[in-house]
Order: sequence, then C-alpha cells, then structure tokens
Amino acid sequence: MNKTSIVFAGVGGQGILTAANILGKAALEANKKALIAEVHGMAQRGGAVECIINIGDVYSALICNDSADVLVSLEPVEALRQLSKIKKDRLVITDINPVIPPSVSLGIDTYPDLEDVFKEIQEKCRLIKIDALGLAIQSGARIAKNMVLLGALADTGLLPFLPQLLLKTIQKNLPSRYMAISEKAFDSGRVFLKNNNYVE
Amino acid sequence: MDVLAKKSPALLLGNQAITRGALEAGIDVVTTYPGTPASEIADSFSAVAKYLKSQKKDPGFYFQYSVNEKVAVEFAAAASICGLRSLTCMKHVGLNVASDAFLTYMYVGCKAGHIIVTADDPSCHSSQNEQDNRIYSKLAHAPMFEPSDPQEAKDMALEGFTLSEKLKIPLLLRTTTRVSHVRGPVTLNPLKKKKTTKGIFRKNPLLVTVPAVARQLHSVLLEKMDEAAAISEKIPFNYIINHGGTKGIITSGPSYGYVRDVINELHLECKILKLGMTHPLPKKLCKDFLKSCDEVIIVEELEPFIEEQIRAIAYDEDVKIYGKGAGHFSRLYEYTPDIVAHSISEIFHLKHKTSSDSPKVKLPARPPVLCPGCPHRATYYAVKQVVPKDTIFPTDIGCYTLGNAPPLKIADYLLCMGSNVGTACGFSYATEQKVVSFMGDSTFFHSSLPGIVNAVHHNNDCVITVLDNRTTAMTGHQPHPGTSKSGMGENIRMLKIEDVAKGLGIQHIEVVNPTNIEETKKAFIRSLRYKGPSVVVSRAPCILLIVSNKRKHGKNIIPYTINQHKCTQCKICINKFGCPAFFLEGNQVKIDKTLCTSCGVCQQICPSNAIEKEGNHE
Ligand code: SF4
Ligand code: SF4
Repeated sequence: MNKTSIVFAGVGGQGILTAANILGKAALEANKKALIAEVHGMAQRGGAVECIINIGDVYSALICNDSADVLVSLEPVEALRQLSKIKKDRLVITDINPVIPPSVSLGIDTYPDLEDVFKEIQEKCRLIKIDALGLAIQSGARIAKNMVLLGALADTGLLPFLPQLLLKTIQKNLPSRYMAISEKAFDSGRVFLKNNNYVE
Repeated sequence: MDVLAKKSPALLLGNQAITRGALEAGIDVVTTYPGTPASEIADSFSAVAKYLKSQKKDPGFYFQYSVNEKVAVEFAAAASICGLRSLTCMKHVGLNVASDAFLTYMYVGCKAGHIIVTADDPSCHSSQNEQDNRIYSKLAHAPMFEPSDPQEAKDMALEGFTLSEKLKIPLLLRTTTRVSHVRGPVTLNPLKKKKTTKGIFRKNPLLVTVPAVARQLHSVLLEKMDEAAAISEKIPFNYIINHGGTKGIITSGPSYGYVRDVINELHLECKILKLGMTHPLPKKLCKDFLKSCDEVIIVEELEPFIEEQIRAIAYDEDVKIYGKGAGHFSRLYEYTPDIVAHSISEIFHLKHKTSSDSPKVKLPARPPVLCPGCPHRATYYAVKQVVPKDTIFPTDIGCYTLGNAPPLKIADYLLCMGSNVGTACGFSYATEQKVVSFMGDSTFFHSSLPGIVNAVHHNNDCVITVLDNRTTAMTGHQPHPGTSKSGMGENIRMLKIEDVAKGLGIQHIEVVNPTNIEETKKAFIRSLRYKGPSVVVSRAPCILLIVSNKRKHGKNIIPYTINQHKCTQCKICINKFGCPAFFLEGNQVKIDKTLCTSCGVCQQICPSNAIEKEGNHE
C-alpha cells in the first residue's frame, strides 16, 4: 500500500490549515489522492489543533495511532501531544518556542520542562528542533512560521513530491502581498535542514 | 477560487463540494444560518456571488444569510414551490429551530428540487450536543443521503435535486464534521451557466395545511416514501463491495472510509454494504446482503439508526449481527480508524494493537479561549467588577461562551441559541439573586427577541447584555441583520439592536464601548439599579476583524510590553483579566509578542501603569 501520512500540530491561529492545504494541493498536482482532516470553529480559538494530511491509497482522512510518517509541530508541547499518531523511529520536526496556555499562567497547570518533552519524543522518534519563530522573524513576519516548517519538511525526502513542487504550490496559492516573506521563510526552513545534514 | 475550479479533480472541502454540486445543478436560491460544521457551504456561495459580481457577471443564483434556520427553510420552501431550485444549509441543532416548518413542509412538498443540508457534529467539536439528525428523516419522512467524503458530497448534492423533483419533497443531505471538514479530490462537471431567474406561483388549495388538507397530505407523503424506498434499491449510492468470504460490514458516512482503510490494514476478507441513501433503506438489498453472510458488523456513528432497521430486516435470517446492540460499538462521539479497527478485530478475532494516547510527561490542557484583544473579555471584566458575588450569568451560543473558563468564569447556564433571555427571566423569578445574561449580536436576532418580549411583558428583573462585535464571529465572520452588507456583498438595511430593544418595550437601554472599562462599569451599575428588564449593548468589533483589516492595509500590529521596573507582580492582568498573551517567566509577567493584538485594554486595568506600547517595531 502506497501512502504517506503527515500530522501537522500546533495552536489554533498558527497557520496549520494553510500549510495542510498547500500539501494537499501539491499532492494533487503530483497526481496523488489526498484527504485532509481539518479543524474549524471553536477549537481554532487558541486551542490545541491537529490536522492530518493523508496522501496515496487512502479512504479516510483520519489515521490510526502509530501510523503517521512524519509529525510537524508549530509548538513543542503540541508535538508531544500528537506523538502517539506517529510510527516508531520516524521523524518529528518541531519549533522550539513555547506558547504558554492561560491555564499555566493561572497556576492551574504547569508547562513541562522542554528537555523532558524532547527526551520523550526522542525515545520514540528522531527529532529535529528548529527555531522557526526566529527564522520567520528574520524572513519578515512572525506568522510565516508555518512556511519555515514546510520548508524544513520539503527536503526530508519523506514527501511523495519534490520541494520545487511545494514551492510552486505556495506561489500559486498564497496572497501575493506576503509572497516575498513566504518564499524567504520557506527557503530558510530548507537551508536549516541542509545545514543540519539531515537526510532520510 | 477553489469552488469555481475548471481543472478536475479539484481539492475541495466537503462543504465546498456541496456548493460545487449545487452550482453544477444550476441552483437558484440558497439560504442559511451559519453554524459549524456547516458554515463553509454558505460562505462559498457568498464568496462566489461576490466574486462574480465583482467581475460584472450574473452569479445565476440568489443567496442570503437568513435571520435563523426556520426562516431560511421557509424562504427556500416558497422559492421551490415557485419552481426555483433551492438549498438550505445549517448545523444539526439548526434543524431543531427549523423543525416546525420542516415537518409540515414535508406534507406540502416542493416543486423544484430543494436540498436541506444538516451538518452533524459527533464529539461536539463546536456544538452543545451531538444529536443524530438522521432520526429527523424518519420523523419527517424525508429521503436522506449520507455522503462519506467530499466526492460523494458533491455527487449527492448534484443528484439530490433530481430526486427531490421526482418525489416532489425536499431531501435531507446529512453530513458530519468529518465529511464537511475533510478536504479531498473532487471530480468536476461543468458549471451550469444560467441567468438569475424568477419563478411563478400557482395557487393550489393543497398548499394550505388546514386539518382536512393535512390528513390528505399525510397519506400522499407515505406514498412518496414508498416510491423513495424503491429508488433506494437501485440508486448507485447504495452498493456492495465484494472481497469474498461470508463476513459482512454495513456502513455509512465517514465510517465507510475508516472501514476501508482498516480492512486493508488488517488484510480482512469481507463484503461491504455501503449505504449512501440511508432513508428509506433499500430493504431488499440489505436482505440479500444479509443472506450472503454469516456474520455482519454494522459500523455507524451515534445512534443505531441503520442497525435497528437491519435487525428488523434480519429477523428471520440466519446471520449474526454485531454493532451497538451488544456493546461492540459506542453510541457516543465520533469514530476513528482505531475504534473501528479495535472493534472489528475483536469481533472477528484478529490482531490489532494500539499504543496508549497519553504521553508520560504531563501536558498542560489547551482548550480554546477568547482571543487576545477580544472585546468580550473587556465586557466580562467590567461586569465582574460591579456585580454582587452570587450573580447568575445565563449565557448563549458563540465565542463568548468561552467566558466560562477561568479567570472570568462568567457563564452559568446554557441550553441553545437564544436561551440566555428565557432562562434569565426564569432565574429572576426563581431566586433573589441578580441576573446578568449574555448573548451575541447575531444571536440577538436569531432567537432572542421572543425572550425579550417575555421579559418586558412580565417585567422580569434582569440585565440582558448584547455583546455586539459587529459580526457572527465564531462561525467565520458572517454578516447578520445588525450589519449592513448582504451575503452577496450588497448594501442592505441595518437594524440597530438598541432600536429593536426599544421597539420591544425595553425601557432602560445602555450602549457602551467595552474597550473603555470605566464607562462600561458605570453602564452596568446603572442597569443593575434599574428594576425590570434592561438591555446593555456592548459594542466593539471582533479583534480578528481589526487585525485582518490592519494587515490588509499593511499596518503593523505593535505589541504591548511590560515595564518590569513598574510592574509589582500583582498579576491582576493574569488572574482577573486573563488575556492569553500574558505569561509568567519565572516571577516576571510578560506579554507574548506573537499573540498580542495591540488592543490596549490591559493598560486600563493595570494599577501600576506598567503596561506600555512597544517602542520599536518588528
Ligand atoms: S497588572 Fe500590571 S502590575 Fe500587576 S502584574 Fe500585571 S502588569 Fe504587573
Ligand atoms: S494589548 Fe494587552 S489585552 Fe490587548 S492583546 Fe495585547 S496583551 Fe492582551
């Protein structure tokens, strides 16, 4: 069976749907079937959000635990929250910048030590930590974090299409007023991955 | 625009696929009241109409955001009887609102095809209950389609008009969140190019449901359902996939996708009866399928709607049936591939292992919250400053329901759209406590007006707050009667909430801008003093509208920061106000620059003047 499942995780409002949509459209361009489970409505208001992009011979957008090929997260704790979805020894890419939920500020909950979070992820998977926020700021806008992570994902060799196709899909689908920033952010993600010598 | 795509297949959301199907069918009239998970159907029509009009083209259809679901159904019923193809879409609980019209509409019937979309929400992702609206198809005698994915959603929308016209009754198209909000490839047919047309109404005494007519129409409706049952036997949406063996699975909706993926995963040899038209069921097809199997599993979310009928059909068949009855599947929540895999492998004695969901490191909960800069937070904060401690806060359906979370905790009772006022009246009678209720601007028009009339008529002592953020925010920022643009982008008449309240007989009315905390406090103090029902209109635009407007005009959103020399760590900003942009770093209070929307309200609540606008821009 030929399928690739990608989980995108993060906090509502971080641009997860945009990233997922780009991946889906690129898959279609590459003549693959893609089903994407999106989150709309209440959960988008700052809640934990996950979006599954299921590419290939698939009939449903949701997946079993331990079956995703790669997990990309825009927030470190949210990467761990979705860890059960991914196959053992596969790849997790996450931004390292926490978004502190109000329950933590209020003292109802605690935000875990990031070292513990990364350690638990590494017990199951390989982990790429990336300062996506920093790279997004350098590219011109904080909200371009999703493009940094797409860029990093593009060159892992895990996608059933080439990075170039992903870039083309971004250029075709994102508003032109952000294009320079989006391209720069996407590129910085790719460069980061190359500099860290990651090859699947 | 994705819905108008020419290149096939296009990647469409299930909801967009329904819009596309209706456009391919040459839709004339579309009505809705927005609600998750249905909203994008109507929003896509709205976007298409606005886009084509901006190109100086005739959209070919009329679209409106109606005041509520009942009016939406009524409007479209009238259009349909005049010969115009119509579609009305809503979330599952919307059909409760429309049900009074809907049930008798089935008696009266339609002329041009009319599809009523109900988008159910198993697991309550964005809803107050997880009712299974398939039951409405039985109650109302409505033929029903249940798509499994975006492709089927489009095909069924297209076919639905033909079927509705054939039977001369509206058709129920029932999706769930995992159909409406799944994006997938959809094979396109050409769009039907047409001009916006008018129909003609031909008088007919059978359109007036006085008792004598209603008695006649009821039997006509049952005959139509017999016809529908015959159609259900042959319709291509009901079909069998035969991978051999004597094990069978009967399924519908998104569960079908899980079943397909899971049997691939488990290498299970079995037959599948996939039901796309689930009311009326194809009894003969089901019976033949049952005859060909030793064991059959029924996989459907929520109520055992198909299962109970299958058990009746199988009464004298020698076949073992598994489903919710024997407890293999739950009536609660949406299914996942894991749930389906687990139950199927348990029933058929196969191996399937799942790892546990929860990580070892304890993760903080991250439920949805009011956005940073949300004007509702400002209203809530001001109210909390001035009300007695045991004040009761009936609330309503919208973003503002999120005021239930700490630190505000300003939501005490909720049933449905508009329930804030009716229950406020009840609480004011039933207790000696003060009552301050909350609703949104769209909710005000949707179903709160009768409650206000009741409060005035019976002189119930309560403060009724309308949180007017100039939009229907939660469902994606749709207009409503309190705004001045139609769903087609035209200027239309705006109703002022305070004028309506006055017209309904409210004598004490306050209009405030909640981003001014002091003025807001004063308005509530005056309203609390007033004996009888008072209305406070707390008006400031949704911060998301302000932010997107700023972005569109290339303006920077300059975050606020905390001057650590002035901050005394009193933590009022966190513990009383609770904007999610605030966080603690060690003992220092900080503002997350990515989250801050630059609303500036926190400046007013900090007793030490420690909150300042950041000097240097990003
Ligand atoms: S309210 Fe002002 S002084 Fe108190 S913790 Fe917040 S920023 Fe500091
Ligand atoms: S200005 Fe203050 S209240 Fe407004 S969003 Fe920023 S931190 Fe929150």
